[in-house]
Amino acid sequence: MNTRQQSKLIYSWYGKPLTSDRKLRTSQYKGILITSESSKTETCVQLGDFILVEGVNADQPYVAQLVDLYEDGAQHKRAVVQWFCRLEEIPQNKRKLLKREIPAQEVFFDQVLGYDTDIAAETIIKSIMVLPLHLGEELPIMILNKEQTFYVRQSWDGKCFKVLSPDTFSKLKEANKKRGVITNSSKAFTPSDILTPVKKETESVVRSATKPKNADMEIESKHSTSKSSLAKERHSQRVANNDIKTPTARKKLELNSPTRSKAKLLGCEVLGLLDDDCDAIAPLEPSAPKRKVKFTGEILGSPPKIPCSSDKSKQTSETAEPHQRSSDTIRLSPYAKVKDFHGKDRNLDEEDDILLSLVGYQKPSSQMPVLTPRSRRTCAQKTSALIAEQISLLKSHGKLAAEEDFSSVSDSSYSSSSEEEEDDDDDVPCTPEKKPKSSKIFSTPKSSRKSAVHTPAKTPKKTPSQGTPRTPRTPRNATPEIPRRVQAAQEPASVLEEARLRLHVSAIPESLPCREEEFQDIYNFVESKLIDGTGGCMYISGVPGTGKTATVHEVIRCLQQAAENEELPPFQFVEINGMKLTDPHQAYVQILEFLTGQKVTAAHAAVLLAKLFSTPGPKRKATVLIVDELDLLWTRKQNVMYNLFDWPTQKHSKLIILAIANTMDLPERIMMNRVASRLGLTRMSFQPYTYKQLQQIVSSRLKGVKAFEEDAVQLVSRKVAALSGDARRCLDICRRATEICELARQKRAPEIVRMAHVTEAIDEMFSSPYVNAIRNASLHEQIILKAILAEFRRAGVEEATVQQIYHHYVALCRVEGLQSPTVSEVMAICSRLGACRLLLVEASTKYLHMRVRLNLSQDDVIYALREE
Amino acid sequence: RHLLELLKRTTVHGESNSALVIGPRGSGKTALLNHVLKDLREMEQVRENLLENPFLSGLLQTNDKVALKEITRQLQLENVVGDKVFGSFAENLAFLLEALRKGDRSSSCPILFVLDEFDLFVHHKNQTLLYNLFDISQSAQTPVTVIGLTCRQDILELLEKRVKSRFSHRQIYLMNSFDFKQYIKIFKKQLSLPAEFPDESFAQKWNNNVQHLSEDKTVQDVLQNLFHHTKDLRSLHLLLMLASSAVTVHHPLLTAADLQEASRQHSTDSKANIVHGLSVLEICLIIAMKHLNEVYDGEPFNFQMVYNEFQKFIQRKAHSMYNFEKPVVMKAFEHLLQLELVQPLERPSARAQREFLLMKLLLDSSQIMDALQVYPNCPTDVKQWAASSLSWL
Repeated sequence: MNTRQQSKLIYSWYGKPLTSDRKLRTSQYKGILITSESSKTETCVQLGDFILVEGVNADQPYVAQLVDLYEDGAQHKRAVVQWFCRLEEIPQNKRKLLKREIPAQEVFFDQVLGYDTDIAAETIIKSIMVLPLHLGEELPIMILNKEQTFYVRQSWDGKCFKVLSPDTFSKLKEANKKRGVITNSSKAFTPSDILTPVKKETESVVRSATKPKNADMEIESKHSTSKSSLAKERHSQRVANNDIKTPTARKKLELNSPTRSKAKLLGCEVLGLLDDDCDAIAPLEPSAPKRKVKFTGEILGSPPKIPCSSDKSKQTSETAEPHQRSSDTIRLSPYAKVKDFHGKDRNLDEEDDILLSLVGYQKPSSQMPVLTPRSRRTCAQKTSALIAEQISLLKSHGKLAAEEDFSSVSDSSYSSSSEEEEDDDDDVPCTPEKKPKSSKIFSTPKSSRKSAVHTPAKTPKKTPSQGTPRTPRTPRNATPEIPRRVQAAQEPASVLEEARLRLHVSAIPESLPCREEEFQDIYNFVESKLIDGTGGCMYISGVPGTGKTATVHEVIRCLQQAAENEELPPFQFVEINGMKLTDPHQAYVQILEFLTGQKVTAAHAAVLLAKLFSTPGPKRKATVLIVDELDLLWTRKQNVMYNLFDWPTQKHSKLIILAIANTMDLPERIMMNRVASRLGLTRMSFQPYTYKQLQQIVSSRLKGVKAFEEDAVQLVSRKVAALSGDARRCLDICRRATEICELARQKRAPEIVRMAHVTEAIDEMFSSPYVNAIRNASLHEQIILKAILAEFRRAGVEEATVQQIYHHYVALCRVEGLQSPTVSEVMAICSRLGACRLLLVEASTKYLHMRVRLNLSQDDVIYALREE
Repeated sequence: RHLLELLKRTTVHGESNSALVIGPRGSGKTALLNHVLKDLREMEQVRENLLENPFLSGLLQTNDKVALKEITRQLQLENVVGDKVFGSFAENLAFLLEALRKGDRSSSCPILFVLDEFDLFVHHKNQTLLYNLFDISQSAQTPVTVIGLTCRQDILELLEKRVKSRFSHRQIYLMNSFDFKQYIKIFKKQLSLPAEFPDESFAQKWNNNVQHLSEDKTVQDVLQNLFHHTKDLRSLHLLLMLASSAVTVHHPLLTAADLQEASRQHSTDSKANIVHGLSVLEICLIIAMKHLNEVYDGEPFNFQMVYNEFQKFIQRKAHSMYNFEKPVVMKAFEHLLQLELVQPLERPSARAQREFLLMKLLLDSSQIMDALQVYPNCPTDVKQWAASSLSWL
């Protein structure tokens, strides 16, 4: 959306240069004028303003504060900015440090050093508002309704979150005020935000009818790609949000707002409202009896949250999941539980509401917190008056919630979000009683939104049964999950079982023995590239099972560790596997999804990625890309490989590629020259393990478990090393040997895997099946094989037609004194042997002229037949 | 058995495994698997673990796309609405992998993938499905056991090297390794009526008869013959089915003659049977072809050559044969073509004349002679012509 607009924008300086440096030939300005051709409006951005800067992802521009504007020698307009970072930019694992839910509009004062603060002025999109807030401070209501407003609570320096230092805080505040004045004068089309508080509120409500459309379109556009009907199901939640913006609902809210002082009435009204809620929930309950208990708990908890703004009831509902089962003395059907629970809540609500309303009016000074309950009350009031409209209002609640909740939505697991809520409580104990409550209203409404949004999504009767069981999942994407097992997996009981567990390929060893050198090489390579901030490729080859992927993963793990300890600049890690792609071009999609979370078509993804890697991004992190099974990314034009290896050579990409494949000469063999040259010369090949290394691998895995004889391990490793040097095979043989040993132990009691067991396992795995198959074949099948041999010997060619074989066959049968069979029977036998692939046969339509050849050497057949 | 042990470990310990069951057709691979699964379900511990098993057959899931959809459907994952699976192939794959990656050894319930006709999965593009399944079974994800059923002995050579490396090389070979005594035993068991048969006296009589049959010399000969041909139990079932379908109210007990008759039906030569139903003219044509084959040592011939040969025969020897017009002979020849007793070497093209299309005879001379022996009302001179060698030409 923004990119499209941007193309029509013209940037020009606002005012005269403030200062100009002759030597550097730069001149500084106090503002920049952004003129949009299409709408003929002008926006002026001044120093100290908060701006949106075009980012990687068109939907999510970066937030920054303008610090300096200047024109450099080459007439390029440049800007120096102070970054703010959004939640999305913070690594997933760090988000936990926050211990609370971060709404989409919250940004963090960015103190990460690595980012480039000098940007091109053309990337500025428009000015916005960023409000500094104290931790735990209530958000002003207007923020909720506005897409273009952000607020800051904490700073982020790459590792931890800190409260804003007082001077930054005041600086931000000042900048905000200044801006407020300026925008009043300069902004033509956006109504000013600095008005009297009351007015502001109503205005924001009015504006919400227009403004949030932006937000919604954005949401829509994000999701429009997923067109599957299930996605639609999820989608409907969003759509429901859309509906809210029907002006009528909003207007009514506005109309009602003057009457909000009549808060005394509320107690009984809440009661009525709750009744409605009960009714709404009740049919929902039995319709989905299969739902997990956890969900029920959540749903039980949800209704009180909507209408009531009481602290206590909130807490009860929140703690409902853990407590309800224990505290509920009446264990009845879930339906009864709901009733019971609501009853309790109702009482609580009444009390709390009176109390609350008193408190709310006694403290008019703390304006922010009061606003929310008020609006809530208006809703409640209206709902009681017009039951029919309740749904739409619930929607509006859902909307409030949804906006706040938007960022947390991606948090998929339900339990974790509830944990976060509880953490939230602990987080702000020092703030006055009121504040945690209202902040919680915003942070918890997941469930309320769920029930609210869902009811109107379709015809009310139909929805509960269909929609609700699904809702707790992420709306964005179905979380695929295999059902949990009922019983816990058994822990290994004996030494052998323990050994088997450790020998499983999936068991992750603490270290990778015998690959230290390769490890060091790869590590050094990536590390140096990371430190230099450049890009590069490395090609790693080796036969299967030599630990290529494992080593690379280990390297990445170490690097990530180092990055966390701040020894290295932070980097992103993306992995694609050629085998797990359905089509080489899907690689683009996967990379893009890893990097930005967008889901687009392959062609579009390629364009976006090319743009991403070729343009200088201000806040670009280094990216480490692992391409496993590279040879499968081969296409006829090789454009996928070409692009992949071309990106690192771009100046700004900071992309490091580790390509893994089996064949050593892959670049020479299948790649075109231009692709191979881009791949570069950094190669590494993993040699197959020698028997000593295999032995070491097995014994390192078995450390501390006395299950194998030393000689047995050696035998296995020698055998495997002689064949392929495949560590997987080695481990599999050992595992099989433990099984054989276990089986043998049932009779006697050898506690240890001996040579005999290992030999048996090896024989089992490597023995040729053919000889055995021939020996177990029926008599006539054997005679046919003999006939084929005889025919081959006669003709001297390793191929014969059935007709020729038939003659020999009949002769042989006469020698053996058997009834001579018919041609049909011969054909049947031939096709049977063909199915086992002892013979290779042609399609049977040729009948007598069908050609036959042996699939194994003649000697094998002679050997197998002679044994009889 | 070994398989049972393997599956039990997967379910109880959450270990991932892969195995192949290899054996010729009719050796009871599927039966074994079903039996094992039934046993497993009876075990208390396992049933609670909710063992799921997507069952895929290479004949039904002809490509990875279909197979993936089928897996998702059978696992009843979330993007399944009703019986349909939505999303593109790539999405599906990513989705399934994601799903399987979510789980770990101890918490998620194990899944058993059964791939029937495993050899057909091998021919899928890049063997993507197999790679992914085996990769999962080799990594710390949801415990998975992949069982492949196939009759091809050389299956491992068909696997790509990286797929092969991920396969655990656990192969279970099923062979029909029983001897004739066991074969007789199976025969008895198959024919005997179970104890819960309602009419007890009849069951008694029937079973006695079966016992008697199994000791009879002729029956043993029949069975021995079949046994020598194939050890596949399905053919035995077929034979017994044929025989027992002769049982009626008036003929309540199976006799040795029934079995012999069934065996005869079972082993007749289909092409020779067709020859019995041919007209004299068509027989003559076949004989002419046979002679041509002898003259030119199996080289292909065309209709014109056959017709000339036939003309020669008519002119010199035939007294009982009517000299047919060429179109009539042509018609008869085309009939043979339709019966696939004669096969053209190449596709008939519009340009080539029908008379000159090169053909091959799909019958052996001994078959023809056998057929002539039993052919009713065959003119003697035709028989002579058939039996004669090249000398008279």
